[in-house]
Amino acid sequence: MLLIKPPARGPGTESGEPPPVDATPGAAPASSDALGPRSISRNRTRADRIYRGLSLAGGMITFVVLFLIGLFLVIRSAAAIRVAGLRFFTTAAWPPFLTEHSQFGIAAIVYYTVEIALIALVIAVPVSIATALFIAEYAPRHIRRPLTSLVDLLAAVPSLIYGLWGFFYLQPRMIGVSAWLNAHLGFIPIFKVTEPLFRSSPFIAGVVVSLMVVPISTSVMREVFSQTPQGEKEAALALGGTRWGMIRKVVLPFGVGGMIGGSMLGLGRALGETIAVAIIISPVLVISPHILQSGGNSVAAWIALRFSESTGGLPLSALMAAGLTLFLLTLVVNVIASFIVSRSRSGSGIEI
Amino acid sequence: MSTQLEDPGLHVQAESNGHRSLPPMKPGALRWNDFAIFFGAAASSLSLVWLVYERLAPTAGALGFLICWVATFLLVYWIVIREVDGPLVATDKLVAVGIGIIAVGLLVPLVSILVYIIYQGLHALTVHFFLKDMTGIAPDAPATTGGASHAIVGSLEQVGIALIISVPIGITAAVYMNEVRGQMTRPVRTFVNAMSGVPSIVAGLFIYATWLLTFHHSFSGFAAALALSILMLPTVARTSEEVLRLVPDGLREASLALGSPEWRTTWSVVLPTARSGLVTAVILGMARAVGETAPLIMTSFGTQTMNANPFSGAQQSLPLFVWQQYQLGGGAVGTPSFLRAFTGAFALIMVVLVLFVIARLIGRSKFTAR
Repeated sequence: MLLIKPPARGPGTESGEPPPVDATPGAAPASSDALGPRSISRNRTRADRIYRGLSLAGGMITFVVLFLIGLFLVIRSAAAIRVAGLRFFTTAAWPPFLTEHSQFGIAAIVYYTVEIALIALVIAVPVSIATALFIAEYAPRHIRRPLTSLVDLLAAVPSLIYGLWGFFYLQPRMIGVSAWLNAHLGFIPIFKVTEPLFRSSPFIAGVVVSLMVVPISTSVMREVFSQTPQGEKEAALALGGTRWGMIRKVVLPFGVGGMIGGSMLGLGRALGETIAVAIIISPVLVISPHILQSGGNSVAAWIALRFSESTGGLPLSALMAAGLTLFLLTLVVNVIASFIVSRSRSGSGIEI
Repeated sequence: MSTQLEDPGLHVQAESNGHRSLPPMKPGALRWNDFAIFFGAAASSLSLVWLVYERLAPTAGALGFLICWVATFLLVYWIVIREVDGPLVATDKLVAVGIGIIAVGLLVPLVSILVYIIYQGLHALTVHFFLKDMTGIAPDAPATTGGASHAIVGSLEQVGIALIISVPIGITAAVYMNEVRGQMTRPVRTFVNAMSGVPSIVAGLFIYATWLLTFHHSFSGFAAALALSILMLPTVARTSEEVLRLVPDGLREASLALGSPEWRTTWSVVLPTARSGLVTAVILGMARAVGETAPLIMTSFGTQTMNANPFSGAQQSLPLFVWQQYQLGGGAVGTPSFLRAFTGAFALIMVVLVLFVIARLIGRSKFTAR
């Protein structure tokens, strides 16, 4: 009771003092003051006030940087937005030399960005859930830490390395799978191709990006699954459930917030992926639903590939506008993700 | 397996029922027929796929073969266990094996990446790579001429400056989130999370829009370091906060009870206790920053000659070197540019691996163990 700091250390545990035992319910505040424990008041020294102010400043720098990123991107993209207006978001064209009269916009680029990210998620989410369950529930205790380290190592491999590996090693091996999908599932529109060119497709880019998404979503999901109350798990087993029955009825419902939040964090990462996508895809500006077909795009990759030719004035401003779109997109996805995780039952003690 | 349960009554009862007396069994223990079913199913599905595969999917290659094998194996495994133990057990074991295969299968791309990059990277690796730069080297000159010393120097300087900028800020933010716990704790945490999601290319564009366009500086290693520190800051802050949370509250309370002010508690008790964890946080931040390529295109730009001054003029770095050599090669295999790109990639992945292993070794101390 006389601790200076509250002992419970989770977010949102600014729990007040418990009500005095002998205070009658509904008693006037003045009388309960007289009966309750003496409130602790502290006058912080000047050094402590400086310490608190400095660390607050350190924390707020993150906010300042985020604000400045938004501000400067808005300022620098103003010229392009003034020329293109709202058609910037609906036009699927970007001529090599932008002038005041050219039609340009990011519709196709954003379309392919989202498409690649969704392909990556379709692969990465089941793999992440399975890996997180394996680490949290199935793996013998002594291999959990090495396994976690290896998954983290997958996150530490630079995007550039993924790109080189994906382009030179994985792509020749994926073409056969693409061709097979097209031959046998070609009646589904997304697996159709207009001409049999399977290199540099959104599908291959999505597979490589999924490898970069897996460690991020896995680490969130693993944390959430490992928070499942032991009592509920044992109760399910004691009622005669199999291990899978226990996971299906206890662990997965408990961790649903973490699974959604972890997947969305992965989505945020996949949307912003630059170099790996830039190496694998061959940029096109025509919207096509055929994911196995050569040709794709991504906002980040487009900026990286076009930057050296876009010096000064309108071309640069248009790239800034594309960057602003990407920034806002990932910001919204990430904030929603951390909101979902922190509000869910399982994630309340977890920071992602 | 406990062999102490030598209850004579049990034996009598068991023998009178006409059963053999079995040693007591742990509920989760594996029996020999579990292994038999597993490997039997694996072998039978392998031979089945072997027979049918070429007729069904003649083009899909080795990867397709592997996928078909795993799918057939799971089916056969499920059917066999269903016959032996019933559907409930069959589903349970099917899920267990499926999850295990996916989790272990995740290591396949990791190993494949490491082996492929190391294999390709060793082709043209000579000592010149660390000693020479690319001055006057034509793109089609043999890959063993020239080197990446300018890129290595640039990477060291840029990551070093980024460390100097982002580590104090990141640890201060972590101290605010975990030690000070003012009213802004939740918002700061949200900002840090949001910042960790900023795409690296956006960080590069931001520095280009401010440092180069608005303040009229030229391309330089320092601009690259600014962009890298934007990417490192949230990593350092989040990892440090996790580490600070593991410092036992008893230490803080003891320090405060002895009358030391809050800043003194943080400075002399909390931070030294978490020292090894904080070093881990810094190294993980470095590992993230050293491989970033996209922001460097628009901040340090890259050059062919040694430029050891990070504050003036374009500077090369390892990821940028790899990226530019890859672009020179144009996607062709075996060209000198291809070999140079992979030698650079080899150096890069070695740096990342070494940093990662150091971080894990340091992070093994008792306060960071989960």
